[in-house]
Amino acid sequence: MNKQITLTVNGAQHKMEVEPRTLLVHLIRETLNLTGTHIGCDTTTCGACTILMDGKSVKSCTILAVQANGKSIITIEGVSTEGAMNPLQEGFKENHGLHCGFCTPGMIMRATELLADNPNPTEEEIRWGISGNLCRCTGYNNIVKAILYASAKMRGVPTASTEPEFV
Amino acid sequence: MIAASFEYDAPSTLEDAIGLLRQYGDGAKILSGGHSLLPMMKFRFASPERLIDINGIPGLSYVKEEGGLLKIGALTREAEIEHSELLKKKFPIFGDVTKLIADPQVRNRGTIGGNLAHGDSANDHPAVMLALRATVIATGSGGQRSIPIDDFFTGIFTTALDHAEILTEIQIPIPPKGTGSTYHKLERKVGDYATAGVAVQLTINDKSICTAIGIGLTNVNPTPLRAERSEKWLLNKQLTDENIAAAAKMASEDCSPSEDLRGSEEYKRAMVAVLMKRMIKKAIERANN
Repeated sequence: MNKQITLTVNGAQHKMEVEPRTLLVHLIRETLNLTGTHIGCDTTTCGACTILMDGKSVKSCTILAVQANGKSIITIEGVSTEGAMNPLQEGFKENHGLHCGFCTPGMIMRATELLADNPNPTEEEIRWGISGNLCRCTGYNNIVKAILYASAKMRGVPTASTEPEFV
Repeated sequence: MIAASFEYDAPSTLEDAIGLLRQYGDGAKILSGGHSLLPMMKFRFASPERLIDINGIPGLSYVKEEGGLLKIGALTREAEIEHSELLKKKFPIFGDVTKLIADPQVRNRGTIGGNLAHGDSANDHPAVMLALRATVIATGSGGQRSIPIDDFFTGIFTTALDHAEILTEIQIPIPPKGTGSTYHKLERKVGDYATAGVAVQLTINDKSICTAIGIGLTNVNPTPLRAERSEKWLLNKQLTDENIAAAAKMASEDCSPSEDLRGSEEYKRAMVAVLMKRMIKKAIERANN
């Protein structure tokens, strides 16, 4: 039997009916047409579908849409304000944090919670913190730099773009 | 991947949840963190007719000390256990184990109760609970009952919980001074299930004699395994290298690992011995601090 749910996505409230087996990622991508959240592995491994649910980074391929009833969801589409990049998006741009870009939305959503919990992480804490997000281009060094850049920027520390590092 | 169709309920009280379990019998499954159950349903290894989501039931998420016991609510998320100041101070083994469970996003959802109630010997908390000699509290329509952890894991993906009972709390005796505990698993990559894992809690007195010991093994047996012969061997002895090596050998003989992608049976037995020696030594270090 379908269930009536109400949820907030990127600040906008939605009321809809969902089948219990609908995954949250499918509701986000197919019903709300927010296709920035990606489906990579569909098995809770790759982290491409990471979103924030009530501020916590979670893998939306492993949560039912009905479980988001009453929750506040932020997707990659909801991180910038008025078209201006937020510090993480800017960090990824300035530090070549994306190659093909497929993992980027998940990386940014995960890093959003990481920096909220720990505004000044070490490189090791960042690597540990993004251990649930896979980059098939293996661009991790630049992704870590991008997060360090965002951390510095958010703390008001001078930032510098770096040369890309391809290993 | 889409799971087979099911009905969904999100009761707001424990009584309602138990009532639904009684009403729908074996066809109903509890949905806690969902990070074991939902993947199984997506692969259609599991097709419950009804999910009873307990995430909206208040009062099942806490870590507290009470009456000589550490009490952890079953709905406490792995991330909350990982960052609990009380556990960091008194039970560093929880820091060891939680940071090895899957990854940060999964730990934001996964719960300690679900990790145990799933009854999977590849999960990490069961071995820790064996080492800490935990008691599981199950709540059913007749009230609560206590299940010692040694009676809890009855078979593959099977526990002593009745179908109309919900695991609500885990209780762990607060150990005396001179106690150290630790856990580690060998994994191929971050977030993998254990190739082998060993949990140890031991107490040593001022004469360096081991006065209490618990050892649990992960993923080297059809059910989570207590290394009973190793425990008996070390109890009331000095923890010399020879005694530790003998205990480690016993555990490697007593477990029943099966060959899979993570390694051969022989390799896993060897890793049980290696990990056990390391964990006992690390627990001794912690006991001495």
